[in-house]
Order: sequence, then C-alpha cells, then structure tokens
Amino acid sequence: MTIIFERIKTAIGPEMAGPGLAFVAVVLVFGIASPQFLSAATFGSVAFQLPELGLLTLAMLLPILTGGLNLAITFTANLAGLTLAWVLKANGGADAGFDIFLVGSLLAVMVGAASGIVMGLVIAFTRAHPILVSLSMMIFLRGLGEFLTRGGDISGFPAFVGVIGHGSVAGIPVPLIVFVVCVLAWHLLLGRTKLGFNTYMIGSNLDATRYSGINTRKAIVLVYTLSGIMCAIAGIIMLARFNSVRIGHGESYLLITVLACFLGGVNPFGGFGRVIPVFVALVVLQLLSSGLNLVGANQHLATAVWGILLVGVMILRWVVSRIKISIVRRGS
Amino acid sequence: MGLDSMHQSASAASTDKPLLSLRNINMNFGGVKALKNVSFDVRPGEVHCLAGENGCGKSTLIKVITGVYRPAEGAVIEYEGETYSHMSPVTAQDRGIQVIWQDLALFPEMTVAENIAFHEVLGGWPRLVDYGRMRRIAVDALARLGVTLDVDLPLKEYAIAQRQIVAIARALVGEAKLVFMDEPTASLTQSETDHLLEIVRSLSASGVAVVFVSHRLAEVLEISSRITVLRDGALVGVYPAAGMTQSKITELMTGKTFDQHVRARPRDDQPVVLDVRGLTRPGQFEDISLTVRRGETVGITGLLGAGRTELALALFGMLKPVSGTISIDGREVRFGSNREAIAAGVAYLSEDRLSLGLIQPQPIADNLVIASLRKILSGGLLSEDRKRSLVSRWIADLGVKIGHQADAISTLSGGNQQRVAIAKWLATDPKLLILDSPTVGVDVGARAGIFDIVAKLAESGLAIILISDEVPEVYFNADRVLHMAQGRIVGTYDPRQSRLEEIEAAVYA
Amino acid sequence: MHSLIRTHATEFSLLAVIVVISTVLSFATANFFTLGNAFDLLNISAVNIIFAVGLLVVLIAGGIDISFAVAASVVQYGTAIALGWIGGGGWVSGLLIAGSLGVLLGCFNAFLIHRFRIISIVATISTFNIYFGLLMFFTRGVSIYDLPDWLTDRVILFEREMPDGTWIEITLPVLVMIVCVVATWTLITRTTIGRQLYAFGDNPEGARRFGINIGAMQFIAFGWLGLMAGIGGLIQAHYAQEVVPNALYGRELDVLAAVVLGGARLGGGKGTVLGCVLGVLLISITQNGLNLMGVSPFAFKMIIGAIILIAITLSNTRIERLLPFVGQRGTGR
Repeated sequence: MTIIFERIKTAIGPEMAGPGLAFVAVVLVFGIASPQFLSAATFGSVAFQLPELGLLTLAMLLPILTGGLNLAITFTANLAGLTLAWVLKANGGADAGFDIFLVGSLLAVMVGAASGIVMGLVIAFTRAHPILVSLSMMIFLRGLGEFLTRGGDISGFPAFVGVIGHGSVAGIPVPLIVFVVCVLAWHLLLGRTKLGFNTYMIGSNLDATRYSGINTRKAIVLVYTLSGIMCAIAGIIMLARFNSVRIGHGESYLLITVLACFLGGVNPFGGFGRVIPVFVALVVLQLLSSGLNLVGANQHLATAVWGILLVGVMILRWVVSRIKISIVRRGS
Repeated sequence: MGLDSMHQSASAASTDKPLLSLRNINMNFGGVKALKNVSFDVRPGEVHCLAGENGCGKSTLIKVITGVYRPAEGAVIEYEGETYSHMSPVTAQDRGIQVIWQDLALFPEMTVAENIAFHEVLGGWPRLVDYGRMRRIAVDALARLGVTLDVDLPLKEYAIAQRQIVAIARALVGEAKLVFMDEPTASLTQSETDHLLEIVRSLSASGVAVVFVSHRLAEVLEISSRITVLRDGALVGVYPAAGMTQSKITELMTGKTFDQHVRARPRDDQPVVLDVRGLTRPGQFEDISLTVRRGETVGITGLLGAGRTELALALFGMLKPVSGTISIDGREVRFGSNREAIAAGVAYLSEDRLSLGLIQPQPIADNLVIASLRKILSGGLLSEDRKRSLVSRWIADLGVKIGHQADAISTLSGGNQQRVAIAKWLATDPKLLILDSPTVGVDVGARAGIFDIVAKLAESGLAIILISDEVPEVYFNADRVLHMAQGRIVGTYDPRQSRLEEIEAAVYA
Repeated sequence: MHSLIRTHATEFSLLAVIVVISTVLSFATANFFTLGNAFDLLNISAVNIIFAVGLLVVLIAGGIDISFAVAASVVQYGTAIALGWIGGGGWVSGLLIAGSLGVLLGCFNAFLIHRFRIISIVATISTFNIYFGLLMFFTRGVSIYDLPDWLTDRVILFEREMPDGTWIEITLPVLVMIVCVVATWTLITRTTIGRQLYAFGDNPEGARRFGINIGAMQFIAFGWLGLMAGIGGLIQAHYAQEVVPNALYGRELDVLAAVVLGGARLGGGKGTVLGCVLGVLLISITQNGLNLMGVSPFAFKMIIGAIILIAITLSNTRIERLLPFVGQRGTGR
C-alpha cells in the first residue's frame, strides 16, 4: 500500500500539491457560487483561452528550469506572427493558399528560433544574466516590431486562418489541440530526452554539469532556441485567434507566464519543475478568470486574484515546510 | 549575567585557571544526541586543538560556546570566572569570544577596511559611517598581524590566503581573548599555511587562546599544546600534543586501528595506457612526462598550487596544453573538450565535490548516470527502468548506503557521496581514472573504504592517477609516487624502496 | 587614481561611452550640444532616475522588484483621491501622502518576502498583478485629468537664456530628482544602514552571523524603493499633468535594464548611485540624440535595445577590459 502511494507520489511529484489544491478549491468555490460554472460553456471558454497563455508559458518554462528567464517571449511571438502575416499579405492576402500559410509558419518558426539562438549564444558564451539578455532582446524586438509596423495592425488573412483560430475538430478547439500536443512534447522533452535531463542539471549547477562531460553551451543555446520556437507557435495561434497581428499584443501575458510557472511548483532558481503541474496551474488560472467573469467581475480583477493566488500558494508552502521542520525537531 | 563582572578578566588570566571551562554539555537534535555529557576547557593563551571526524560534534560544541545553540539543562559554562547555563551570541562576542568560520563569512564586494571593522563601525544602531576610524582600526589590526594590505580595495581583489588574514584581523578587532578557527588552512598553500601558523603562535604569545580545528593532523601536532578528541558526540580524552603521533590521533578519533601497509606492486609487464611527453602550459605545469600502465596506480603529490589539478584538467581536456603530447593506448590524442576525453576513456573525479563533482540538490540516480546517459537510452529516449537498474547495480557494487534513488545527493555523507561520484565515472567505462583529492571531506574511517575500492579497480585493470596533498595517502595506495612542485615533476619514488618520512621531507621542505 | 578607475570601472566605461555618443551626436545634429538640450534631458529623465535609485537599493540588498512601477500608479491614484478629501493640499502634503503610500506598498513586498520567505521575484510578480489588477478594476481604466492646479502647473525654479538662444531651466522634477539621488547616495554610502544593506546583499549568511537584522534590511530596502516609487509617481503625474492608470505599466523593466547597465548586480552587493544615474542618462541621451537626428521614434527603441544587448554582452566580457586605459585587474584571482 505504502509502495503504491510512494509510486504515485514520485510520479506526480511534490510540485503537484499547490496547483492541485488550487484546482480543487477553485472548482468548489465557483461551483457553489455560480450554478453555470460547472458547464460546457465554462470549459469551452477555458479551452479557447488557455492555448495562448499556455504556449507562452511553455516558452518561459525551459529557460526558468535552467535558472534563467526569457522576457522576450511576447515580442518574439509578435514578430513571428508578423512574419507569417507578411508572407500571407505578400502572396495574395485573403486569397493566399494553405501552402503559403505553411511556408509563412515555417518562416515564423525560424524567426522565433533566431531570437532564441541569439539570446542563447550570448547567455552561454558570456554568461551574462539571462534576465538582462532577454530584457534587452525584448526592448530590441519591441522596437523592431514597432518600427516595421509603425504601431499599426496587420489584418486581412484567408478564411481558413480563422478556422485555425476558432474551429474545432471533434468538438475540441484547434488551438487547444495544438497546445496539448506542445504540452506533451515538452513533457517528453523534459522527462525522457538528454536535453531535458541536462536542462535540470544545468539549472542546479552549470559547472558541475560541464565537468560531467555535458555540452552545457549547446544545451543552453538549444533551450533558448526551443523557447523561441514555442513563442513562434504562440504567435501563429495568436494571429489566427485575432485575425490580425499587432506588436504589443499579449504583452500583459509576460509576467503571467512567470506566475504560472511558479504556481506550478517550478523552482525560481531552476533545476526543478514539471510540465504537468504547470499545465494544471494554467487551467486553474483560466478557470479563475472564467469563474470571476460569471460572477460579474472583469479580467483585471482576475489578474489581481491570480497574484493573490500565487501569494497564497507560496504562504501555504511556507506553512507546510514549517510543519515539516517542527515534526523533524520533535524527533518522530 | 551582570555587566559588573566585565572587568574581572585581567586577574583571571593565570595559567593554571582555565579561561573557559565547560561541564555536562548535552545537546539533542530531535532524538539525536549530538553532544553527550562533554567537558572541555581552554587555558589562557594556549593553542588547543579540537579533533574528531565529521559529525563528531566539533562544530556543535563551537556553536554552544558561541551562543548559537543552547545546551540541555544542567550545563555549566565558566568563562573568566563567570558561570553561565548558556551563552548568547551577543554575550560571547562582548566577552571576547570570536569564531573564524571555515567559509570566513566575509563580504567580497566591500573594502578590506569595512570587512575588518564591520562589527565596530558598521554594526549597532543606525548612524553615519566614520570612515577615518574604520580605516585606522583596520590598519591597526593588520599591523598586529604584521601584514599590510590596501584597506580601501574591495576584498574580492585579494586571494583566499589574504582573505583568511582579513578574517583573523576582524576577530582581533573585538578584543578577542578566545578565537576559534574552523579549518583555517583548508585552501592555503604550504607557505601561506606557515605564515598563518606563525600568526597563530604570535596570537598565543600575546595571550589570546586559540582553538584550532583542522583535519591536517601534521599541522595540529605542530601548532597545538593540547588536543581534545571527540567521537560520536562524546569526549574521548584530552591529550598533550607532545608525544602524540598522527596515527595515534586517528585511532582515538575513529576508535579503530588502521594497519596501513604499502600496496604498491610491480606493473611493469602491463601495457602503457597513458603516455604523456613534455606536456607544458606555462605558469601551470611544465615539461611533464609520465606513463600510467594498465592496473597501475600512480600517485601525484605536492603542495596546493603545485599544478596538480591543472595537469589533471589538461589530461581531461578542460585545459589546453601549449606543447607536449598525450597518448592513450599508443594513439596520440588532442582533446577539444572533456567530452572527447571521456569518449577516449579518461575520467576525472574533481577535488571540489560540493560545487564541481556532484550536483548537490539533484537525485542520487541522476548524479550517477549524468556522464553515461547514452547507456540508459532506449529508442532514443531515456529509460527510467534502465536508469534504475544501472544505478542499483553500481550502488550495490560500490557498497553505497542510500535511502531512495530519488533522494538528493546532498542527503548522503561525504564518503557515500564520493562513492557515487566514483560510480558515475566507472559507468563511462574509463581506461584511465584520475582521482583528485578523493578524501577531501570524507571521514578518516570512510577513507579506507574509498581506497579499498581504488585497489579493487586497479586490480581489475584500470589505470589510475591518484592526486593528494597528503603524502601518506599516495604512499600507501599508489604503485609509484610522483612529487610535483611549481608545475614540474621533481621526484619519483617507489613506496617499496622509499620511506614515508623521506618523501614527506622532500614535499614539505 | 588608477585604483579609483579600477574599482569604478563600470562608471568610467559608461562615462566614456556617453562622451563618445555625445561627441558623435553633436557633430550629427546642430541642437544636441547645447546647454538647453542638456537641461531638457535632465527634465525628461528625472522620473526614471528617481525610480532607478530606488530600485538600486533593492538590488544592492540582493532582491528584485517588479512591482514598483505599478505601485507608483496606485500611489498616483491614491494621492489624487486623498488630495480631493483634504481639499486640494499642496506640494508638502502631496509628497507626504505619495511617499507614505509608496512606503506602505513597498513594505507589503518586504512583509511577504521576510515573513513567509517568498523569493523577491515571486513575491513582486504577485504584487505586480495584485496592484495592477486592483487598480484597473477599481478605476475601470479611467484617467484623472482633474488634478489640483499646484500639481499640474509647471514649477520653474531657475531659468536663463543662454547666448546661443536656448533656455536652461531647472524645474521641480529636477530638484526632486537631485534630492532623491543625494538622499540615496547618503543612505547607501554614508550610513551604517547602507553599508549593512551592501553586506546583506553580498553575503546574507555572513550578515546573519554578524547579527544584522535581516527583516529590517528587507523593510528598509523595499520601503526605500516604495518611497522613491511614490515620489516618482507624483512627479510623473505633475510632468504629464494627468493620472493614467497604465501610464507606468512596463516601466519597471526599462528602469531595471538601465540600473543594471549602470553596474548594479542581480544577486546583490554591488552597484553605485553614479553608475545608476549614468545608466539612465545613457539611454536618455541616445534616445534624445536619435530624436534630434530625425530618426523615427519607432526605430530608436530598436536601436536602444540593440545597444543594451551589445553593452551587456561586452560588459560580461567586462567593458572595462576593452578600454585601453583601464589596464589589467590587480592581484585578485
């Protein structure tokens, strides 16, 4: 019995406690407060809103695990979206074919990757602080994007782009499918690949990892490149959802992605954290905002409640660690 | 504890009456008894050594004396004729008890003067900083030690030896009467150590009592007048240093007798695994030529700063030699990185287990497989099952005592951590294993176990380079001993033909 | 002198870069190298410098604060409302109210960090969302234009026409900025509290063993940043002559970049007021110069981002090493 319990505990991981509890609490509170909460409509709205923030959070997750941060995620996503928008505009605009979309998406991914590669190279080779490198990359990309678009938006895409943003396959929204595939990919990457393994090790101690024969520079460059690619995917989904591209779109998600990672039990110094708890944390955040919507509050209140939730979970972790210490002290 | 007794000290400083005397010290953490009815006393102006293995209660005792911990009921602490049931950190400092922690607790970004005069000038209630007074205090304290440093430079501009001196100077500012030094020589070179011991002697001559904690027993015997030995939280005894030997102290510390014998045996018939010719990296090592045969253990000894670690890093592909050649199994190699060295069969166990050897917060299992990930791949992905079985096998092979494979490696003792570190490298199927100071931070009792593993590995055909600054370690465990000084190999010894004292005399000369 | 250059390498490097950029700009544009423009620059940079010296104190103490800019917005609103209650007020009551509100918000961060051992970036990202979310919720995003006259009237303390026809002006924001800079400099270099902040940021464990009051350090550092954020917020409202709830949103990262460019270290123990001010000025000067050169405002943000990226890349191979006059580092390892 205890063995099974141990197995479950190691499979889920200690990170799950915070978001798991929050999930139960949110479902209970809003389920009681509003009869419409536990309905298909709520889950539909969550399903459509989750992917954008979710994809950006995945992009943030890898750098945090290495002990860094990528503050350029939102503008990398914008620039990737811009790339796709241009390719579509230059090849017939509303009449562009699906093949053009694919080519544009590929270019968008390459733009995202390029932003990641530059940051990765600077961080890996100069060992400058990732917050600074990505912050200056963010300022640069924002400037570049605003320069290219003159602050306006680009729209007028073929009809199928809207389907990607709003359509469903077998009742499941397309963006959600994309997101879930990405979550699984990240789960596999972190749990089962050498790069994932190295990501955790670098997050805990870069030098010791290098002494163990790991190519830490390559790993860091790859981590930021993958982060950039994930931003590009988020940028494409954002383009499809809004049927337009605008620099600064999704800017407010930036710090929310960091919040979601911390809520999901990711260690702010790196080395520890899993994808699934972060996924649950994201669901909790969206449920919260949908629930608050139902009881008549707006997104701004939801943002504040997200902040309060993170503080609450951190205080809870503190309380638990205090209890653990006192148990050890009592010597049981 | 009244303030009126503050001025009794002068009369109390006679040699027969102890400065500090502890009786009935018991200390419990949870169910664990860290100190069992310990007594301890220090006479004014003496150099007293506190000896014992890791976890014997040395640092707990220091923390009781300095007021960090509060001992159980019944404790009696007498200091300068005053009796206390426990100390507080403020009382201890006010009464002239100072500790120089192993990590020094200094502030590298701040100036030397600020570091030395921190407590005097920067502590206490908020006020303006008196930079003039601060500088004077710092210069005076350094002058007492016979040292001159630029007190306005940030401390980070100075090397570890000078930082040690700054820490001592800081302890002296507070009118110290009793100074604890926790492993002060751990990262000093021999000449720096000599200078430090000189300072300790002059402190003692000026009436300051020094309690010295060091794992270097030679030093302990040289500097101290009395030795208190602790084992498993209990007092073993107090002994005069005169007439003590290193092996006797070791016996008292561990409660075991070690019959150390020379393990060297001829390996000349075996093929050469590593052949180094004229390897040079100016300023670090020069004109190094050596061979290591299959199953042979070559010991490299020499003082800190002799270039041993740099040579090892060059063999491991992490430093590029400027000239000379390295051949493995007769083929010349040039490593662009340590990955190439590992692929060629070289493994390097770092001297710095805490920050370079192992990834302390991460699981035991992950630390063990990190260098041989390709072995646990299955279909291109890491296999949890393969990892578990690989780890289980090595844990059993090397007799590592662990709770759970997923526990952080930092939960293990030094000896067990080192076994995992060795297993990590053995898992890469090396031909040559370089062990750089493998017993640092490992209990005396557990060291023998590490060397048994080394002997078994050599027996199975592994070529081993054993680096240590403790001459007896290489003397007893290597087939050949090379002496490095100032980046060069200056002597070669065969333990079967040379006496230990002969090599020690050469190394410590 | 040589050791002064070595220990203040970042400041000298920044100064050198500013001189080079200024020289180039003064050739490229007619108006750059005038006193009038220099004072203009100070006016424009005042609010950012006030924020920057506040953030510097938190960085020195080993923390980071993401929430100060939105906290400043909260202060603007709170002050505007409180001034309405007391029937208008004046500069003294305005600064008092804004400062106290700022300190309160800063201390809330310190409370979370110290009481519950929450890491500063986690705590302040939470409060960033709490402050901003609540502000937008309660104000419904509505700006306040109806501010007291004393707050919106430009206060010129000194003005004079220069021979070249430009006006030099010292306005109230510049005076407040100078007071904040001098006060911060005094705090961190001349008082024992300031040196304890450095020590705490440099080696928290060592500081603890020395009996430094860790809780006090957190409250002082975050409280000081709160004070600066409050004052900066009021000055920004004065400068903009309106209170817009999201006007300062995103400012935190720009200021952070400038402060770190000025040599402060994420992780604590390092940073000077001079470097911090130079960091802000470098960015303002570049922006101003590009503006005068007629470069599109959309482009110069990009150029500034690139400059910071390059500067950070170079400074981590250490800017000072690339400059010939600094020489090699001394005896250190």
